[in-house]
Amino acid sequence: MPVLWIVLVVLGLGLIGYFAGRMRALGTAGGDTRRLHSLPSYYGWHALMLTVVPSLLVLAAWLLVAPNWIENTVSATLPEATIAESGSRGLAMAEVRRAAGALDRAVKQGTMDEATVATLHSGVADLADVTARLKETGAIITSDITVSVLRAAQEYRLMAKASGAYMTFAVLLLAAAGLVLALKRTNKDFRARNVVESGIRVILILASTIAILTTIGIVLSMLFETGNFFERYPWQKFFFGTKWAPDFRGDSELGMLPLLWGTLYISVVALLVAVPIGLFAAIYLSEYAGPKLRAVAKPMIEILAGIPTIVYGLFALMTVGPMVRDWIAQPLGLGNSTNSVMTAGLVMGVMLIPFVSSLSDDIINAVPQSMRDGSFGLGATQSETVKQVVLPAALPGIVGAVLLAASRAIGETMIVVMGAGAAAAQFADGPGAVINPFEAMTTVTVKIVSQLTGDTDFASPETLVAFALGLTLFVITLGLNVLALFIVRKYREQYE
Amino acid sequence: MNDMRPLERIVDTDTVKISARNVQVHYGETHAIKDVDVDLEANTVTAFIGPSGCGKSSFLRCLNRMNDTIDICRVQGDILLDGEDIYDKRVDPVQLRAKVGMVFQKPNPFPKSIYDNIAYGPRIHGLARNKSELDEIVEKSLRRGAIWDEVKDRLDAPGTGLSGGQQQRLCIARAVATEPEVLLMDEPCSALDPIATAQVEELIDELRQNFSVVIVTHSMQQAARVSQKTAFFHLGHLVEHGETGEIFTNPRDPRTESYITGRIG
Repeated sequence: MPVLWIVLVVLGLGLIGYFAGRMRALGTAGGDTRRLHSLPSYYGWHALMLTVVPSLLVLAAWLLVAPNWIENTVSATLPEATIAESGSRGLAMAEVRRAAGALDRAVKQGTMDEATVATLHSGVADLADVTARLKETGAIITSDITVSVLRAAQEYRLMAKASGAYMTFAVLLLAAAGLVLALKRTNKDFRARNVVESGIRVILILASTIAILTTIGIVLSMLFETGNFFERYPWQKFFFGTKWAPDFRGDSELGMLPLLWGTLYISVVALLVAVPIGLFAAIYLSEYAGPKLRAVAKPMIEILAGIPTIVYGLFALMTVGPMVRDWIAQPLGLGNSTNSVMTAGLVMGVMLIPFVSSLSDDIINAVPQSMRDGSFGLGATQSETVKQVVLPAALPGIVGAVLLAASRAIGETMIVVMGAGAAAAQFADGPGAVINPFEAMTTVTVKIVSQLTGDTDFASPETLVAFALGLTLFVITLGLNVLALFIVRKYREQYE
Repeated sequence: MNDMRPLERIVDTDTVKISARNVQVHYGETHAIKDVDVDLEANTVTAFIGPSGCGKSSFLRCLNRMNDTIDICRVQGDILLDGEDIYDKRVDPVQLRAKVGMVFQKPNPFPKSIYDNIAYGPRIHGLARNKSELDEIVEKSLRRGAIWDEVKDRLDAPGTGLSGGQQQRLCIARAVATEPEVLLMDEPCSALDPIATAQVEELIDELRQNFSVVIVTHSMQQAARVSQKTAFFHLGHLVEHGETGEIFTNPRDPRTESYITGRIG
């Protein structure tokens, strides 16, 4: 039974449980809700929860675990020769999966029946003919199929089928058992409200656990691949190398510093644009502007946050880039490229303005009016009050806003590709070329994309370097967040 | 007060610090203060009493133009400080507030160190030429605020870490630090316990030697304890103004009598 159907049946059972539980509770109380421990709907929810939650959890767990288990079992049966032929165990298994998929299609389209499929690998059938017939189904089969692959594919299919059947059975049984148990427990003295309350707690804990586990999973997968990278490439050269020159034929120079420099340089330019403008806009809106202007201006600024970054990229490429070159870089003799750190930084800065202004505005508004009154009462002007009382009180939040913007800037890719280009900083050309903000430069994220796009195999350092770069970025943004937390804790000026 | 004795008032302007004539305050459509005429004397504690919403705080806020920060508020009439109209176009409200300091209902120390809280006013008004002068001002103000002994060892600690009563005395010291001529206090003890209240009241009495103090209070006992003059507000009108003893023992207006005996308000 397809998964969607299983889910629907379980939900249907849950719905039946809801009404049955409600009715049963009311029945034991003789139809008088006042004699029930909880409101009737709680008995319904209790039955629904008990029916739906455990069975769907088992379904999810099964779907996560079973494919891996099948794959491992099947791949253990593959003969060494087949693995050697395909290059690696992973590639061989990919072929097995494709073959299994093709067989499924063939059966579904009626060109083969189960009985023929079961005898295909016994050696009787003409392999070229089988390959042709499988290709006819529209499946992607790259080379001629071999007997061992066919055997494995057939085994794979059978196991998947059995697993599906067991899963359907187990899930539905669990749902039914939950329903029966819930209904059995239901009577007028049963404390359904308390049970539902703790059930809700469990659901909430599950949700937060999933979020945390995902983060851990991301870090682990990155760590694993990064470990692979450092087995193939010395870490000293990665962290301290000043040249970025990947070459897929091998012998690459994969120094991280030029990319990191580009990331930091562009981010700093962007923050230099975004922080003052965003902060001043926030101060104006919260301290000076009247309510009518504020009601219009704040959403207008926030529109900036809704523009897709690719559109900013176009703006950088078509408008800002040429303007920076024609009006600043060329007259000053600092370069003649439309792609430059300045272009990307300016445009990214504009993108970040709403992040800074919107958050800061909320935070400034949260500073109690009594602080301002106190300052005005001492004869301070509005700007003195803002500078010396409101901003220090709002500082932790503002730092948080700035660091959020910084994280965005560090992770930004599109604007960099279109604004600053895709060429890494050339440390070999001397410090002038590296510091010149009108030179093309690129960032870590852009290079991650370019190392992973196209036909890649995940065994060469040129590809795996992307994971090392990603992990480096992750550590940097994590560090920024920790720093922000530290600053906020240390300088929090509590006004209550 | 009534309008029957205008000549008498003009005669004693030399001791009158603030003189209000025909003051009207509107918040949008609401007419909060109606025809208030009052003279506040120098080196005197004047208490404003009256039921909630009677306009006493609104009137207090007119005296240093704090109402300017409220958009919908309109003030009409004349308020003279030392004979000068404070609502005149040439008067800078910022400078006025340095002369007419204010202490608020809830203690509102800035989230800064105790030292910086006191030094805030002197710094923005440039009252100290160097660090040692500023130190002196801070010490003098804290002594005047009767809190020096409690905080002298921890001037760098945040002002928000003090207890409620200490915070309020800190705020009074902060207001005193700019050397104002008049000190306005809007229910300064309403958030304090009886002991802290007693300390602040004692302080108010000492402050009288250097400043004119105007205090809004809900506690008639407090008004009786700390003030020399009392003004009773009711529904936006100034009903009666006179010697505190007189008001409490022998009120002229029946409404005042009802209020202080607890029949209204």
